[in-house]
This record gives sequence, C-alpha cells and structure tokens, in this order.
Amino acid sequence: MKFSNEWLQTWVKPGLTNEELAHQITMAGLEVDGIDAVAGDFTGIVVGHVVECGQHPDADKLQVTKIDIGAEELIDIVCGAANCRAGLKVAVATVGAVLPGDFKIKKAKLRGQPSFGMLCSESEMGMAESAEGIIELPADAVPGTCIREFLGLDDVTIEVDLTPNRADCLSIAGIAREVGVLNNIAVTAPEWTNATETSAETVSVTATATEQCPRYLGRVISNLDMTAKTPLWMVERLRRCGTRSIDPVVDVTNYVLLELGQPMHAFDLATLTGAINVRLANQDEKLTLLDGNEVKLNDNTLVIADDSGAIAMAGIFGGEKTGVTAATNSILLESAFFSPLAITGRARAYGLHTDSSHRFERGVDSELQYQAMERATQLIVEICGGDVAPVVDVTTEATLPTHAPINLRRHQLDKVIGFHVEDAKVTDILNTLGLAPTFENDTWTVTSPSFRFDIEVEVDLIEEVARVFGYNNIPNVAPVAPLKMTDHNEATLPVRRIRDLMVDRGFQEAITYSFVDPKRQLLLHPEADHLTLPHPISIEMSVMRVSMFTGLVEAVVANQKRQQQRIRLFETGLTFIKDESVENGVLQVPMLGAIIAGTANAESWTQESKAVDYFDLKGDLDALLDQTCNTDEFVLKRASHPGLHPGQSAEIFYAGRSVGHIGAIHPSLEKKLGLNGSTIILEIELATLTARKLPQAADVSKFPANRRDIAMIVKDDINAGDVLNFIKKVGANQLVGINLFDVYQGTGVVEGHKSLAISLTLQDISRTLEEKEISEAVSNIVEAVSSEFNASLRD
Amino acid sequence: MQHLKEIIVQAVEAVANATDLATLDAVRVEYLGKKGILTEQMKTLGKLPPAEKPKAGQAINIAKQEVQKVINEKRDAFQQAVLDAKLAEEMIDVTAPGRTNPIGGLHPVTRTIERIESFFGELGFAVKSGPEVEDDYHNFDALNIPEHHPARADHDTFYFNPKLVLRTQTSGVQIRTMEVEKPPIRIISPGRVYRNDYDQTHTPMFHQVEGLFVDEKVSFSELKGVLHDFLNNFFEEDLEIRFRPSYFPFTETSAEVDVMGKNGKWLEVLGCGMVHPNVLTSVGIDPEKYSGFAFGMGVERLAMLRYGVNDLRSFFENDLRFLKQFK
Repeated sequence: MKFSNEWLQTWVKPGLTNEELAHQITMAGLEVDGIDAVAGDFTGIVVGHVVECGQHPDADKLQVTKIDIGAEELIDIVCGAANCRAGLKVAVATVGAVLPGDFKIKKAKLRGQPSFGMLCSESEMGMAESAEGIIELPADAVPGTCIREFLGLDDVTIEVDLTPNRADCLSIAGIAREVGVLNNIAVTAPEWTNATETSAETVSVTATATEQCPRYLGRVISNLDMTAKTPLWMVERLRRCGTRSIDPVVDVTNYVLLELGQPMHAFDLATLTGAINVRLANQDEKLTLLDGNEVKLNDNTLVIADDSGAIAMAGIFGGEKTGVTAATNSILLESAFFSPLAITGRARAYGLHTDSSHRFERGVDSELQYQAMERATQLIVEICGGDVAPVVDVTTEATLPTHAPINLRRHQLDKVIGFHVEDAKVTDILNTLGLAPTFENDTWTVTSPSFRFDIEVEVDLIEEVARVFGYNNIPNVAPVAPLKMTDHNEATLPVRRIRDLMVDRGFQEAITYSFVDPKRQLLLHPEADHLTLPHPISIEMSVMRVSMFTGLVEAVVANQKRQQQRIRLFETGLTFIKDESVENGVLQVPMLGAIIAGTANAESWTQESKAVDYFDLKGDLDALLDQTCNTDEFVLKRASHPGLHPGQSAEIFYAGRSVGHIGAIHPSLEKKLGLNGSTIILEIELATLTARKLPQAADVSKFPANRRDIAMIVKDDINAGDVLNFIKKVGANQLVGINLFDVYQGTGVVEGHKSLAISLTLQDISRTLEEKEISEAVSNIVEAVSSEFNASLRD
Repeated sequence: MQHLKEIIVQAVEAVANATDLATLDAVRVEYLGKKGILTEQMKTLGKLPPAEKPKAGQAINIAKQEVQKVINEKRDAFQQAVLDAKLAEEMIDVTAPGRTNPIGGLHPVTRTIERIESFFGELGFAVKSGPEVEDDYHNFDALNIPEHHPARADHDTFYFNPKLVLRTQTSGVQIRTMEVEKPPIRIISPGRVYRNDYDQTHTPMFHQVEGLFVDEKVSFSELKGVLHDFLNNFFEEDLEIRFRPSYFPFTETSAEVDVMGKNGKWLEVLGCGMVHPNVLTSVGIDPEKYSGFAFGMGVERLAMLRYGVNDLRSFFENDLRFLKQFK
C-alpha cells in the first residue's frame, strides 16, 4: 500500500518528519519499504496563463506563446506541446529555473523566435515517467503561484508492506487510525454532505448467496456528465497512491477505496438486463472481464449476475460488457461486503490480483458500506452531476461477522510477554485501539470494532499490547531451563565428520539444486521415474533428482568451462525416489555424492600429472568406509549401471543391501553430458557412513610378526577384493595383516591372467611362531585360494 | 737421534703433500704401518745397551705420536672437506612448494549452518531434519495456514499436486517433532527450502534454520534474549538489533528482527514469535499449560553478511573459484 503523506495529514497530524513517521509505523508492524518524493527536485516553476498562442512562422510543430506569470509583463515562450492553447493555465519554468537532472533554463531562440522559459509536462517535473503534453492546471490557478505550493509537491509517497493480518490499514483511514493510536492523538475524518436523493430509479437486487454476500448496497445515479474531468487534486492523490486516473466514476471508486478501504464497482446501467442477483457461478459459466479476457468460472466463485448471466466476478473484477465508458449516462454503484472466505484464493485461481480482491480476501470493515456509498455518491455528483436514487440494501444480518467479547487474562499476558506491563498501561493501550475494555478479576474484556476484524482471540490482544507498548521496551532475558544433557550417541558419527574427511582429502563441498534437467538425468538414469514439477522455474530445473549424479556432473561441466584443471566436489543431500510404500509416496534418502575429474593431483614440480582414474576415488571411499570401523559389512560388486563404465564401476552393498555406486561415467556419455575426459563419481547412503562400530580393544602381541609374500596367478575376471576377503576368512587368528602390493600382467604370466602379489603378516598373541607353523599357514592359504579361485602360485 | 728428527720432517712433509684420504693412508702405512719406517726403528732397539733402551724407545714413541697426530689432523681435514662437499651438493630450495595434497573446503552455507548449530547446541537445542517433499498439512495446515490463506499465495510454492509440495519452510519439522515428542522441546532444524522465484535476490532453493522452544513458561522476553545473544555471537560484534512487529500465521506475538548494517541501513535477518495456540493444539500440546517460541532465519542472508558475498546466486553456481575462498 502506497499513501500520500499530505493526504494522511488531512486525517491526523502527529507532528513527525517523514522519516520519523516511517520509523514509527515500521516499529508498529507497518513496515515501510520506501519513501519517495512525489515530484522531482526543481526550482523556479510557477503557474502561468497562456494569453496568446500562435503558430511558429518557421516550424510546424512549434507554437509561439505569451504567458502571464503574474509579473508586470507577459513573457514569450516557444512551446512544442500539442495541447498548448490560449486560455490554459500551465506550469512555467522561468529563466533561471533548475529542473530535475540539473537542467537549467536559459534564454533561447528557437528557429528565430525568442523563448524565455519552458512550459512543463508532468514528466519534466518528475511527476510521471512520461507525458502526452504539458500539464493542464485548473482554471482558478493564480499566475505566479509557486507550482510546488500549488500542487503540494513537497509531499512524499510512503510505501508500506502490510502483513496479511493488517488489512485494516489498507486505506488512508486505517493508517490514520494507527498513527492516532501510536501518538495518542485524535483522528479527523473528512466531512461532507450527503448528496440529496432526487430520483427514484432503482434496480432490483437479491443475493442468493447470503453466506458469501452478507451485504450488498446498490444505488442508481443517472444523467451523469461523463465529459467532466476528474479534478487535478484527486488525480494527484490517486497518482501518489499508485493509481492511474481513468474516468471520473472509476476514479471516485478508486478514491474511496484508498480513502476508506471499501472496494466499489460501477455498472453502466444501460447494459444491465433485468434484476441483479449475487450468486455463485454455474460451473464453466463464461464471463468476459474488463481486461478483455474471457474466463470460464468455477462454481466456487461468487458473481454479480443479471438476467443475462454473470456480469462481474464479485469483489475481484468487473465485466467488460457492463463497464462504465465515455458513453455512459447512468450507473449502478455497488458497495458490498463479501465474506473473505468467499473471495480468498479465487482471484489467484484465475491468475488475477486486484486492489479489490486483495482487500476482500484479507477482510473489509463490514460496517463501512453505507459510509462509502455516500462518500462516492457525493464525489461523483460533485464532478459529473447526476440524479441520485435511494440505496437498495440487501443485508443478511445473520451472516455478517459477529464480534464476541474477548478476554485478556493478566497472568496469561505476563506469561507470554515475560514482563509485567502495568494494569493502567494495558487499559490505556486497549482504549486507544478502540477496543473499549472493561477490567475485572484481573481480566480485561473487550469487543473489537468492526474495522479490527483481525482481533479474535486472546493472543491477538497480547500481541496488540506488546506491539503498542513497543517490542524494544520489553527486556531481553536469558531463558531458564533445567540443565539436562542432550543425547550423544558415539556409534553415530556426526555428518560433520564425513564432510570434514572429504574436505581434508581435498574435496570442495558443492550445493546443487534438488531439481535437475530431465534430459541429463535420463542420460545417467534412463529408467528414472522421477518426480516432475508441473510449474518449474525452467525445464532444466523441472524434475527431482533420483541420485546425486546429475547435479554433480553439471557442476563439473560448468567448472571445466571455467578452465578448472582439477575438480574434486562432494555434496550431501536428499534424493527423491517414488515409492508408494512410504509417507507421501516419496523415498527421501540422505546421500553423499562425490565426483572427481581432470588431473588426479594438484599440478606440482614434485610429480607428474596424470588423469583421474577409478582408484583415485576408490581410495576416498576406502577412507570413508575405514572410518566406520565396520569395513566387513561393506561389499563391492561389479555393477551394471547404465550411466557408468561397465568395466570400471561397482555397486556398494552394506549388510547385503545395495546402498550406492562408484565408477567412471560411461565413456559414451561423456560427450553428451559435456564432460571433458574421464570422470569418476560416487554415491552412497549417508547413514551407512555415519553408523560406526565402537572399538573393542584386543591385546597387542609382544612377539615378532612374520611377513610372507605370495603371488597368485588368477584369471583376469577374478576380483582382487574377493581374493583378499577370502584370505581374511581362511587366515584365522594368526593372520593380522594382509595387503595387495602389486598386480602384474606380462612376461611370465599366461595371457588372460594376472598375478596378485599379496603380503601376509602372521603373528601369535602368546608366543613366537615357528618357521614350520608359518609355512603351514601360508601353504594352507595358498591351497585354499588355489581351489577357490582356480589359481596357482607364481614361481 | 738426529736420524729420528729427519724422519719426522720427512713424514710431516709427506703428510702435507698427501692429496686425498688414499695418499694420506699410504703415508701412514709408510711410517706407522707394520713395516713402516718408524715401526722398523723400534726393531733396532734390541741392539742397544740396556741402559739406553728406555730413552731411545721413548724417543721413538714420541716421534710416532707426532707423526700420528699430523696424520689425524690431515685426515679430519679431508673428512670435513668430503662432508662439506656432500652437504653443498645436497642443498635444496627450501622455499619451493611442498609435495602437496591441497585440502578442500566446506560450502559457506554449510559452514554457517554448522556455526548456528553449535551456538544453539550449547543451549541444549537438538538438531532435527525432515522431508523436503512435504504434504500440505505439515507445510501449511498444521502451521495455521489453511487453504486459501493469503500467506499461501506469498509463498510461491512449488506444487506437485494440491496435496504435495516442496517445503517452503523448515517449520514442518517443528510439527513433526511435536507430534512425537512432549515438552520440554528444544530443537533447531536446518535445511533446504524451495520457492518458485528466481532473480538477483531470490533463488528457487535456499536454506533456513528454524528453532523451537516449548516449555511451561517460555516467553517473548526470553525469545528476545536468545536471539540477541545469537546475533551478537554470530557476527562477533555488539550489533544494533531491533525487533519489529510482523505477522506469521503460526506465531503470535510475531516479530522480524533487523540488524544495523555497515551502511547504516537496517537489514532483516530473521523472523520469530510466540507459537500460536492453534499450532500447539493441532499437535496435542495444551496451550494453557505450555507456551513456546519459534524463529526462522535465512542462512544465505546471514552468510552473505558474514562473508561479504554480494550475489545470492553464487551460492549455487558451485564455481570452484568462489568456493575455494572458504577454507
């Protein structure tokens, strides 16, 4: 809501500067977004009277004028505006005037004709973005008067960002009330004399939808002069509140909306067919709106209808057919109270949002309609003349909002605020709010006035007291609570530890959007049945990720475009998998994702650079698993993942359940995804990495350890990991260490086979092992491996 | 005896002429070896009368010691020279970069969340998380935002269908916690939230940390106390802070909190209030017995202020040049 401070000051005079006022209402919950001057910064512009206006002898589009600016002599000014004419009152920038943008007015000759100033448009005075011609001032303007004074341009527009509960402040009257409360001063509404009723012409009105339309007032005003112009003072007030002037009738309804907060509508009487009924729309009933768009109505939408059908969306938007035009002679003026529940959400359903719907869905004073009707009538008649008929009133008392008494308990107020505001102060605050409290048995009882429809229950009153008392007058207190330790489960690693490990291993943490490009996701997961957003920001952000892959790949691509040579990224977050067996049909699992690309090591004079390969990232995975103290539960199996290299990828199992993948991005996808070179990626359920085994310490042997190396020749497709796991099982107690220290293929090893060099460390807890025992243990292992994997010992 | 002196002079000269350890050793053998010149001298003692033997023997020993001493000195000098040469050869540029394995860094959003968690952790607030694809009950209804409430329109919600949304706030976690836990409750819930809005000051995904404290006598002045404390700790400055009345459907008395920026302008950093009785009632907590406060803050906004980040969107571009500044 934008309002003119000058307009506000006609209601209430707090004696504050613009900034002080803005601060005061901000601190009362009416957050001021901005204060803007209503005109540009200029000097030297006065009211002038065009005494003569003739064609420039040498220029078609220029006119030569003589202007009376209240001085002894008329001044010559050359003007290019089409609307410049003799008799007009205008704004004259005299020689020496400075216009916005530090534009100085000097004596000039235009095509040979002398010019001692400039006739100004609204845009030249910084009152509008653009203007058709020069400003036309009212006929009674006195030449020589300073234009700033004449138009009251030392005013500001204050923009307030009102919260949905403070719809009572969506008018000058409402803000004035609030300013009155905050300064404890009187508020004076404008006075007017109601127009005299001189006609008996009425339109029959019924409201079938009594629940949705508790009150509907209609009044016919006939014989209007639609050639009349809206007075400049009204156009200016509307402009300063952000509303454009249209025609006198529409301007008046907008003016009353801004002044009192009552949305109104005017129908061209000649276009109405029969009687008016306020009813719910029939499903798919059609209505062409004032903006020319045709809508198909839902049956939850309240409409104003006549015998021909719907003619307006009640409280939201008028219809084109019945709108007021320059040809209008008589109108039916509407001032109604529609129930907020009947309006709320409806405008949005049609993609609409109007000043009227904004107010009705938040709430309008249910007692305001008569006052608004009389105010609008008076203003219309003042401008356009016309014959005023009596008001037709369709009110269903039973459906009007009721205002039951509300209690505010002393102890509850103290408990919620945590500070004791004196009884007298509380009573005072409630009084200034117009709540007329009574105080008995430590309880205030109030009845909220119709304009404070937001006050319904006790907490509403507590907030009002705290707000008017001032939040910053309430002390800051440290809470008192029992000292109770929170649970700390040592077997659950904090996710923080996982992140730190990744960081220490050289990974930068990424945060990618949870919604990704379906095309990319389908390249990596051709069978993904992803959740789709019906109204995404863009198609590239339209489906929920089913893995961490898509976002991380995209981050690598973007960084490669930025010429990054070595990329190591990780991310934690949820993935979203459709699953009807879980809440809301979406399985949302916290995952860790990691990706590496480019060179394996940072470029350095100490080592040669090489491209990343599978084992670079596998080493990071090994570290993550090692940290759980629970490596035995994890098994890697060769994977067949459509997004990954079939020979260089593994599926990760935890306690027999698939929990992730690691591998190189499938080479055939690299180009399609925009990747530059080999890229290795990992994804694993975070919970498997945070579940750790508590250590149970075993005694350390005091006896010497013995290392024996064996080299086993196995077929290419035998997994080294399987061999090592197998040896661990058969090695029994005395095998305390095992390591794969070389993999060899070439001379001496049959083609299609490889030699796995494995070191075995044997040690006993209670004695030194004898050579014979060691040899036996080793040959047992060799035999077992030979038979299990069809392997042979390398000579 | 004249003879001995000459031998010493010759030996000293030979030592002086030695060019390396090998020639020096040859000199040693020549004079002090088993068949060395001085060793041979000892053998001549037998021919002397017994009375002269001790004196002559002593003289030879002194001569031997003298020669040995010169040889030793020369050898030490040679060894030192060898060591010096070796050290000179092994000299490196100690300022060249080390054999590096550079560390990475946490995302500034995570780093900010971790700090917030630790501040509230000290006050006994447990960290809770919840689903991001959320039903409209937990995201709206239970938070006192019924269907058609104007606040719903303000949320720019991503809907999957009328009942299922991407959560617009982490407040749903409050509801989920209160559904299963009884007061006293002290939790914070950090996480991703989503709004259908994208420009310089809005990204369709961002992070919030929501806090909740429900107990028998939780009050607005305590809310003020905790948040003052938090903001001063977070910025490590005694900032000017103001509480401004505002509106959230799920709290009443509600406030927004502004801090005074370095440019002299107020900056909104969080929203808060006393939990609305309707919210407590909806999860079966008696609002007559219990009260609570809740607060929510935008993590990116705090991180921008703390670390001087100017463009919100840079948080989600994952540009390594941006991220690597956060070690």
